[in-house]
Amino acid sequence: MRSLTAVAAAALAAVVLAQEGPELGVEATPEQVSEWEISIEPDGEGLPPGSGTALEGEPVYTLYCFSCHGTEGQGLLNDVLVGGHGTLDGPAPLKTVGSFWPYATTVFDYIRRTMPYQEPQSLSDDQVYALTAYLLFLNGIVGEDEAMNARTLPEVRMPNRDNFILAWPPPEKQSGE
Amino acid sequence: MSERRPKDLEPVAGNGLLHRRLFLKGGAAVLGAGSLGLMTAAPAKDLPPWMGAPGRPLSGYGSRSPYEDHVRRRLLAATGADGAGGSWTPLEALEGMITPNPLHFERHHSGIPDIDPDRHRLLIHGMVDRALFFDMDALSRYPMVSRIQFIECSGNSYLAGLPRQPINDTCGVLHGLVSCSEWTGVPLSILLDEAGVDPDAGWIMAEGADAAAMNRSVPLAKAMDDALLAVYQNGERLRPEQGYPLRLFLPGYEGNMSIKWLRRIKVTAAPSMTREETSKYTDLLPDGRSLIFTYPMDVKSVITSPSPGLVLKGPGLYQISGMAWSGRGRIARVEVSADGGATWGEAALCEPVLDKAVTRFRMAWRWNGAETAILSRAVDETGAVQPTREAIIAAKGRKFAYHYNGIQAWGIDSEGQVANVYA
Repeated sequence: MRSLTAVAAAALAAVVLAQEGPELGVEATPEQVSEWEISIEPDGEGLPPGSGTALEGEPVYTLYCFSCHGTEGQGLLNDVLVGGHGTLDGPAPLKTVGSFWPYATTVFDYIRRTMPYQEPQSLSDDQVYALTAYLLFLNGIVGEDEAMNARTLPEVRMPNRDNFILAWPPPEKQSGE
Repeated sequence: MSERRPKDLEPVAGNGLLHRRLFLKGGAAVLGAGSLGLMTAAPAKDLPPWMGAPGRPLSGYGSRSPYEDHVRRRLLAATGADGAGGSWTPLEALEGMITPNPLHFERHHSGIPDIDPDRHRLLIHGMVDRALFFDMDALSRYPMVSRIQFIECSGNSYLAGLPRQPINDTCGVLHGLVSCSEWTGVPLSILLDEAGVDPDAGWIMAEGADAAAMNRSVPLAKAMDDALLAVYQNGERLRPEQGYPLRLFLPGYEGNMSIKWLRRIKVTAAPSMTREETSKYTDLLPDGRSLIFTYPMDVKSVITSPSPGLVLKGPGLYQISGMAWSGRGRIARVEVSADGGATWGEAALCEPVLDKAVTRFRMAWRWNGAETAILSRAVDETGAVQPTREAIIAAKGRKFAYHYNGIQAWGIDSEGQVANVYA
C-alpha cells in the first residue's frame, strides 16, 4: 500500500510540475503596457487621440502610399484599396478595403502597425486618421471633410460587415446564431 | 535473402499496386541488387578521389553534401515589398516526416527581423490580473514540452487544384507550404495562468516583433489547450525565418496564426478583427458571403514520389511515397490508386503516426509502362476523408484561396513523365 501511495504522490507531483512555472514574470506598469499596446479593437478600444479628414489624407497618401497602391487606391505594385463594390457575388470578385473589409477600425490599425512598408509606425496618429478617412472617402463610405477620430471611426458601418459566416466556434457550439 | 511471402507480390488494387508489406519486409534485398558492384569491382588504382586522400576536416556546424545543393526552397517574392512573400519546401526531394530546418517553408509579411534575444521580451496583458513581461532567460526556466507537429499555410495547395487549368510545377511548389518539425517550448497556458485570466475573456491577440507587427486573434480555448511558445525547432533554437527567438505554435491551425517573433499577447473578450483574419484569411463563397475563423487544416495527402519533375525510367517495380496530415488529429489510413481512381489499395503508414504530424506512407507499385494517373486519399482519426477537387468546387466554388485539400492526381505518360492533372 505504501508503495502505491508513493507512486500516486509522485504521479500527482509530476502533474503539478507540468502545469506550474517558476513565476518569473515581471509585472508591467500601465505606462509600459500603453507603450507596447498598438492594437485597435473593433469597438474602438485603443484608438489614440487625434483626428483627420480625407482632404487632409490625400497629400499624405500621395507622399507615402501612391508608389505602391497607385492613383486613388486603384493599385499598382500592391493591393487595390478602392472599388469592387457589388462584385463579391459575381465571377470576378474584387476585394478591397471598401468592398470587403468588415471593420473601419482595422484600417487604422493596419496602416499604423505596418505602413508605410519601408518605415512602419513612423506616421503620426493624425496622419493615420487622415489616411483612413481618405480610403473610406474614396470608397464612398464617409464624406470628404468628415473627421475620423476615436469617437467617429468605430461608428463607421462598412458595407460588407454582415457578410461573414463564423466558422469558429464549430456550429454546434455557437449559441444565438 | 528475402523471406518475402508470396502474398506480398499479389496485387491489392488495379494497375500493379502491390501489397503494402512488400517494402516493409524483404524488399531491400531485391531493390539493392545491382547497385553495389561499382566500387568493389574496380581495380585499386582506380580508387575514387574520396578514397585516395583524407577528406575535409571537422566543422563546428555541419553542411550538406555539395551534390545536394540543388535541393532548395523555391521563392515567391512580393513585388515592391522586399522581404515579403513565401518559399516552398521541396517536398519531392525529401523523405520521412521531419522537414530539415533550412528547408522549412517560409511566409513573411515584412521580412525576417534579426532579433537580439537578450533584448526580446514577451508582454502578456489585457484581461488579466497582472500584466507580465517575460524575457528569454526567464522562459528558459519554465517547463517545456516537445511535440512533432506540422505547420501549414492555409493557402497551401491552392495552386494544385483551384486554377482552371492544371499548373505544372513540382510537388513542392504545388503543396510545399507545409513542413513538419519537432517543436519544443513552454505551454502558453502556464504563462496565462501566472498572469491570471479574467473569467470573461474569450480570446487572445498575438503580435509579432517584425516590421509588419503581424497579429492574429486566437480563441482562448485553443491558447489554454495546446498552444506552445516555441523556442526550439528540431533540437536547435528557432531559425530567424521561423520566429527566433520565440514563436507561437498552434497545432493544426492555419499557419498564419502561429505568430513568429512573438512580442505581445493581449487577452480580450472578443476577436480583434485584424487585417489578416478579416481581409486575407477568409474564404469567399459563391454567394458573396465569406467564411471567417476557418482555423483547422483539414485532412490532406500528396504523393511526393513519383511526382512532377521526377521521371519513371521504364516499366518495373517502384515505391510510391507520400505524406499525409490532418489538423484535426492522427492519420487513420491512406489509400492509393494507380488507375486514375478506379480502384484503391491501402498504403503502409510509417511509424510513428502522431497527432497533427506529417505521416509518411508508402506503397509498392509495378508500373506496366502505360499511361495512367496515381492518386492518394487520406482519412484522419475523426473519420474525415480527403475530398475530391470536384466536391470542393461544388461546395465552395472557386473564389476562395485557402484550405484547399483536394485529392491530387499525378498523370504519368508512357515516357514516364509525371504531371499535375485534374482527374
